[in-house]
Amino acid sequence: MTGFLLRRALGAAVTLLAISVIIYVVFYAAPGNVAQISCGPRCSPAQVQQVADQLRLDDPLYLRYWHFLQGIFVGQDFSTGTALQHCDAPCLGFSYQTDQQVTQLILTKLPATASLALGAMVLWLILGVGTGVLSAWRRGRPTERILTGITLAGTATPVFVIGLVLMIVVCGQLQWLPFPQYVPFSDDPEQWAWNLLLPWLSLALIEAAKYARLTRASMLETLAEDHVRTFRAYGVGERSIIGRHALRGAVAPVIALNANDFGSMFGGAVLSETLFGIPGLGRELVHAVNVVDLPVVVGMVLVTGFFVVLANAVADVLYAVADRRVVLS
Amino acid sequence: MASETAGAGALTASAPVSGARQFWRRLRTRRAALVAAAVVALLVLVALGAPLLAALEGQDPNTYHPHLIDSARGGVPVGPLGGISAEHWLGVEPQTGRDLFTRLVYGARVSLGVALAATLVQVLLGVTVGIAAGLGNRWVDQILSRATDVIVALPLMILALALMAIVPAGFPRPVLVALVVGLVAWGGTAKIVRAQTITLKELDFVAAARLSGWPTWKIARRELLPSLAAPVITYASLLVPTNVTVEAALSFLGVGVKPPTPSWGQMLTAADVWYQAAPQYLLLPAGALFVTVFALTVLGDGVRTALDPRAASRLSIGTGRKREARA
Repeated sequence: MTGFLLRRALGAAVTLLAISVIIYVVFYAAPGNVAQISCGPRCSPAQVQQVADQLRLDDPLYLRYWHFLQGIFVGQDFSTGTALQHCDAPCLGFSYQTDQQVTQLILTKLPATASLALGAMVLWLILGVGTGVLSAWRRGRPTERILTGITLAGTATPVFVIGLVLMIVVCGQLQWLPFPQYVPFSDDPEQWAWNLLLPWLSLALIEAAKYARLTRASMLETLAEDHVRTFRAYGVGERSIIGRHALRGAVAPVIALNANDFGSMFGGAVLSETLFGIPGLGRELVHAVNVVDLPVVVGMVLVTGFFVVLANAVADVLYAVADRRVVLS
Repeated sequence: MASETAGAGALTASAPVSGARQFWRRLRTRRAALVAAAVVALLVLVALGAPLLAALEGQDPNTYHPHLIDSARGGVPVGPLGGISAEHWLGVEPQTGRDLFTRLVYGARVSLGVALAATLVQVLLGVTVGIAAGLGNRWVDQILSRATDVIVALPLMILALALMAIVPAGFPRPVLVALVVGLVAWGGTAKIVRAQTITLKELDFVAAARLSGWPTWKIARRELLPSLAAPVITYASLLVPTNVTVEAALSFLGVGVKPPTPSWGQMLTAADVWYQAAPQYLLLPAGALFVTVFALTVLGDGVRTALDPRAASRLSIGTGRKREARA
């Protein structure tokens, strides 16, 4: 097990390194005037020169990447023409628009995205696995058909469409809830939850559909196995077979899917943050793309990649724990 | 990423190359897939015939009609139901008065065109990288597989969005969107093709070709590609609906297809302001997107079942359900 963990950690580290190389090359070695592009369209020639100095554009690419990597691990000093500006250890550079450190920016935006993501995840696991169990239990009956139809429709609905429709129906037409306005958890946990309810739902409804299909399929597979027939022959009740034995078969695939979804959830977060005005990483990324703030864009992509790789590594370990049949190699 | 758990192998469960006729016969037995295919065909026709349909209505997607806008009420269309009339079949856009029907049908062009072009890029890249990794020596395989891992690890939406920051301005926007979406999502195809290639290259017919001194590209083209067709088509048919969604999402965020080119995603951006006065301004693009993605998903599922009957019992829609139910 220790060997497996080490290998997995090493693999994750290599992938992260590869991500950083590719992202760096793609964004900073793109054809054209990199300084002009990364400074954005509104930069004056003096600012462009300053950016060129900051990026050390006279250095060869590998050296520039090395400095970038150094910044992440030990920090980096930037000369801003007159003064020397220090950027602490996980340094991802400075925003060209606000002069803020990218790491700081990401840290201030992270709580909102985490609130959105974690809440949605809890909701979609409950909804998805619940629906899956119900439709496996009621297999062949009208309940299952209706649920299958709903989940299929769910997988085909884009996040922003369902979010928009939910907002307009629930907040506009029915007026059950006010239009969401993000409140930080530390300010008022109750308001935080109420205002995130719709964003959570819009992400969860779509994701839940996938989990429902997966749970149902895995459970049906287990239900068709010989040992289940044996349980039945021994007179074990249907409820116990579904709840104890069939559900267990669905745990491992659900974990694996959940890790993979971590990435697509960031994508969903971009849309749902923009739609509901949640000040998180996603909305910041959209803003950075619109004003072409390259250090912010690169920082965001790297941080996203970091979380996804981490989630996948954790999932692999959980997977091995949940399903003893997985060979640890 | 997660090579221990990856589902890449699941889709490749090697279907015998079944010939086009057998494929159609199998597809025909699935009612849901047939209906979906009809809907998709209709959408394609609408997209191709957009200028014709516009001419039929006698409107143009980009002409402003200020006289149809009630500026006293904040820019909502004049008349009931968002200005539906004999001239404007689906009403007009708030504020600008542009014809919604023509914008919708031209939007189908963008939506389907970008999605298909992106899928083509994804498949070409994925197949090339996959075959090269599968046939190449250890180093080629390592490098290409790592690159694939990276592209799979990074979320598609995030990467596509980020790339939109550095794409050259002044290039046709739909082409750019298709390229970017294609460039960020070839990883899945590459993984499947690599796995399949590695299995295939040990088989006798490929070994025979190699022993007779065929160059690698010839082996790839003549011996591998025909056997790769089924899994690649299966996977590609599931990529199309995702690409439709991503294009709409990028345009919704304002970084995809830019105005004045009509796009469904774009139409949704401003819709929440107008839902009371012109509900179809929201419902039309939302409905169009939903129907398109839904039909493409069901069709993709049907294609998968028709090409790989063994996978049918896993996550199926339609008639497969009954067989499972008895299990």
